[in-house]
Amino acid sequence: MSRVRTPQVEKLPSGVPGLDIVTDGGVPRARTTLIAGTAGSGKTILAAQFLVEGVRQFDQHGVFITFEESAEDIRRNVASLDWDVAAFEAAGAWMFVDASPEPGEPVIETGGYDLGALIVRIEMAVKAVGATRVVLDSLGAIFNQFENVSIIRNELFRLTVALKQMGVTALMTAERDDEYGPIARHGVEEFVTDNVIVLRNVLEGEKRRRTAEVLKFRGTTHQKGEYPFTVMEGQGIVVIPLSAIKLRQRSSNVRISAGNAELDAMCGGGFFRDSIVLVSGATGCGKTLMTTEFISGGADRGERCLLLAFEESRHQLMRNASGWGRDYEAYEQGGLLKIIANYPESCGLEDHLIAIKQAIDDFRPNRVAVDSLSALERVSTVKGFREFVISLTSFIKDTEVAGLFTATTERLLGGESVTEAHISTITDSIILLRYVEMLGEMKRGLTVLKMRGSPHDKSIREFNIDGTGMHIGHAFRSVSGILAGHPQHIPQRELERMEELFKDVSPSD
Amino acid sequence: MSNYTLRLFITGHTPQAERAIANLKRICADELQGRYEMEVVDLMEDPEEGERQRIIATPTLIKQLPPPLRRIIGDLSDKERVLSGLDIFPILNDDGDAHE
Repeated sequence: MSRVRTPQVEKLPSGVPGLDIVTDGGVPRARTTLIAGTAGSGKTILAAQFLVEGVRQFDQHGVFITFEESAEDIRRNVASLDWDVAAFEAAGAWMFVDASPEPGEPVIETGGYDLGALIVRIEMAVKAVGATRVVLDSLGAIFNQFENVSIIRNELFRLTVALKQMGVTALMTAERDDEYGPIARHGVEEFVTDNVIVLRNVLEGEKRRRTAEVLKFRGTTHQKGEYPFTVMEGQGIVVIPLSAIKLRQRSSNVRISAGNAELDAMCGGGFFRDSIVLVSGATGCGKTLMTTEFISGGADRGERCLLLAFEESRHQLMRNASGWGRDYEAYEQGGLLKIIANYPESCGLEDHLIAIKQAIDDFRPNRVAVDSLSALERVSTVKGFREFVISLTSFIKDTEVAGLFTATTERLLGGESVTEAHISTITDSIILLRYVEMLGEMKRGLTVLKMRGSPHDKSIREFNIDGTGMHIGHAFRSVSGILAGHPQHIPQRELERMEELFKDVSPSD
Repeated sequence: MSNYTLRLFITGHTPQAERAIANLKRICADELQGRYEMEVVDLMEDPEEGERQRIIATPTLIKQLPPPLRRIIGDLSDKERVLSGLDIFPILNDDGDAHE
């Protein structure tokens, strides 16, 4: 019965979306955690949100100690995120301790002093609202208020001890100068805290990327590395816990129709219900048509479909679909289709991701199509894009829906897209659509390159497009080099000779 | 002749607080005979007053009157700084001694 257990530091769920996954369950309870970041990295928002979520989700009250901005400034600033701090204050769930500098004459210092008054005020506020959570924003500002840095260091250490005795869980924010330099100014991390979270706001190839990283949690676990986050109106910080997402989705043997009988046959009976299919091809060679058939294949069977379009408007999509005999409007009226058409540039990739997740949560689709993924690549860094695809895939798989993504190749003939290079290992199936130049004619070819967990047709088949959709025909026999973009006609005689060759080495001989 | 209203905020009677009280009493006795009111506020007993006056560090000396309001923090061990902080300039006679 006597089991030796290492004492684990308990965690307090922060309630900040995604952060509790990255922190393995929250911030250390009854401890102080340092939030370090450069100017504009979101420290104050995170600090305020820690209190807001505490009140909203857990009925835990909070005290906000401000050293820089006045309480009134903070109330006003966070109001833009739809947080009504004044209402929390009126309800006795929130109290400010305003330690921002008084305007006017500078304070004169003679001899030794301590921060006893501040500690007394914090104790009073914690008692008054019965606080569980405390934030201090920011340490740099308190250093600026006083001349004697060594006194302030000692006093801040004393303050963290006092906070621990009060049993509150605290966040302290601190400025840093470089994204990848010392943890914080004034060397605060050395004496203030065992727990450090770093917020970054990095300029990467003309794009801003915000990330959160748990640098250390003494005596307890956390996820390692940087996780992107975004600041959403009405929501605050949303951390995207990419690789921390567990691969817990079941894989299903249930097949669904691709919306095209011939393609179903090539895939060995349709796509798997919870698989991700990547359709790659040059512009105009049938990706949007394949998306349309995928959607009608679902909607015709009463499945709900979500179409995320980043290249064409709603109107264009409707027109395209009706050109192939599919009535998107009827699907929409029947509640079977939801189209979200956005310019990729309309917001950052993290914001797109959260909007998509929201749409999936709200609409609960059976099928999700993204046309095209490559368009989103334009607005992102390589790393950011890869993370986007991984988390999008995991959202989709988590809800056990079928996904179809399209990717545009840069070259008309052959070639592969950058998109593919990043995500081909993540997808379950890959279908290639290619232009094939043959004897002075442009033809279209289709092949199922990969079909995880199922045998499939490996030939390259010719297909045609007409007013009723896609029609897959025979395999391109007597042609090689299609996928490489250099199709070569092989004379019939050569074909026969090669078949003879393989006969010779076969063991049955 | 204006009267000085001085309030000294402390957090418990620590040696530092006692030093500040003694230093302030001596400075007042030397420089402001009969022209001052001095109050010591212990925030351990009255934390609300610390909140109202937005005190962070202790000891803090606040000169409420005459205006302008001044704040001096520390144990007040540097008399010259305290006096200049309170806008008190000793009137010097020819011998260099403070005027009686």
